Amino acid sequence: MAKATNTEIIDLLGHNFGEQLFDVSEPYGLLTFSTTKEKIIDVLTFLKENEKITFNFLTDITAVHYPEKEQIAVVYHLHSMVGGIRIRIKVFLNEREAKIPTATTLWNGANWMERETYDFFGVKFEGHPNLKRILNMDDLIVHPMLKQYPLEDPNRVDKKDEYFGR
Amino acid sequence: MAHNHPVYTDNDPQSELVTLNLGPTHPATHGVFQNVLQMDGERIVSGVSTIGYIHRAFEKIAEHRPFYQITPLTDRLNYCSSPINNMGWHMTVEKLLNIQIPKRVDYLRVIIMELSRISDHIICNTIIAQDTGATTTFLYLFQFREHIYEIFEEICGARLTTNIGRIGGLERDFNEIAFAKINKFLKEFPVALREFESLLNRNRIFIDRTAGVAEVTQEAALNYSWTGPLLRATGIDYDVRVSEPYSSYQDFDFEVPVGTSGDVFDRYLVRNEEMWQSIRIIEQALEKVKTEPKGIFHADVPDFYLPGKEEVYNNMEALIYHFKIVMGEIDAPKAEVYHAVEGGNGELGFYLINDGGRTPYRLHFRRPSFINYSMYAKMSEGMLLSDAIINMSSMNIIAGELDA
Repeated sequence: MAKATNTEIIDLLGHNFGEQLFDVSEPYGLLTFSTTKEKIIDVLTFLKENEKITFNFLTDITAVHYPEKEQIAVVYHLHSMVGGIRIRIKVFLNEREAKIPTATTLWNGANWMERETYDFFGVKFEGHPNLKRILNMDDLIVHPMLKQYPLEDPNRVDKKDEYFGR
Repeated sequence: MAHNHPVYTDNDPQSELVTLNLGPTHPATHGVFQNVLQMDGERIVSGVSTIGYIHRAFEKIAEHRPFYQITPLTDRLNYCSSPINNMGWHMTVEKLLNIQIPKRVDYLRVIIMELSRISDHIICNTIIAQDTGATTTFLYLFQFREHIYEIFEEICGARLTTNIGRIGGLERDFNEIAFAKINKFLKEFPVALREFESLLNRNRIFIDRTAGVAEVTQEAALNYSWTGPLLRATGIDYDVRVSEPYSSYQDFDFEVPVGTSGDVFDRYLVRNEEMWQSIRIIEQALEKVKTEPKGIFHADVPDFYLPGKEEVYNNMEALIYHFKIVMGEIDAPKAEVYHAVEGGNGELGFYLINDGGRTPYRLHFRRPSFINYSMYAKMSEGMLLSDAIINMSSMNIIAGELDA
């Protein structure tokens, strides 16, 4: 199969989803765009099942917290092994209402990736079969990768985060 | 993770099933893994994996460390092949900063990475043999891991958690002793590997214990996002070194071995063949290094490459650069980058978001052990306990990489 180019992929997606895709860019050649949480499963399904591009491999799911914008971005990395091309999809969620449909309906591999994302960012994946903490202990009351939580014990005066780069 | 809530079943006295806590510190699991199994006699009915016992919050720490201080964190992911992790991280930053690496450095890095791939595969394959009762093979081949660590020691001074290389190249050139040790290794290791294979490849007991155990279809492997030797054992020839060559892997002539059924025996064979291919790559790399100009071991990027101590003490410019780098006053582009390398267990990915500060805004490790292991409990259903143990050995789950 000839390698599909980023332009072809974005044309194909734009044809099907139009205004639902935005912020298209290509940092270091990796096609990146955003979509909404209502459309994300449709977009992922389309990418997975379209015979022309077949992004049938889920590389990774993670999240990024942007406290100034009060947003959490859930980031999906997909890979088309046949075409040898990767794609990155972002969904920006309101940090106070971080809910998004689960991708476990498409890939079983999403199960633990979503649990990890929930554990560290508190993103609720609706419809996930077993959305529990995975690496942290169950008693933890916070989602530690959110930016408001410091790395070091906040009560210590000798270990301030600004001494460590932030 | 539920370490303060031991998992019990409903304790139904009528139930015929027995709850078995396999781990967290079971000698047969080779690491901190807990699986709570429901057993019907010797057969596993269902299982739940509990992970996170050695979680060290690397992603949080990485948000508070400048780039060069993150390298020691990557050491501790897959500590059986730390150099691959180190190089993967350096290459991620180099991609972010658009640094062109000289060919000689690329080839030296390839030698280091392939040596660590061999050491990683030695651990996995000898432990499969050990768990099937073949202690001789384990002890016999394991000494070559020691020889590889001696080579690393010669190159960077450390053995296990190597912190090898720098952003922009290597911290020092290979010395003559290092080359001599590599050549000695290339002479002796194939002999031992051949003997290792002749002890196991056609060994009836070994085949009975491994062939047909934990077979995985290609669809299931892709569905669970498997990569590395596990995926290749099912017959899918996906290797990051070939599909997205980094560090000049496109200059090398090597093959990607694949299996057919994805069972434990196929995984063993795939890893063995990968060791042969790694030897081939190292031999080619040694030849290629000879053709490159001598003495080049880093790119000419004084803004990012930490100068040697001797220069810092004697040369004002180097001193200025030293402080600029250590104080974190480097201008890195505000961008995001994903870079993947073929680790010992599969695709090791680094997703780095930089906002122009001293430290990454966000760094995520795509850890193959974590993703591969998510199928383990499901796979174990219906398996004999002894098969489940061998299945775990052959998946080569490294606790450091699993829990990050």
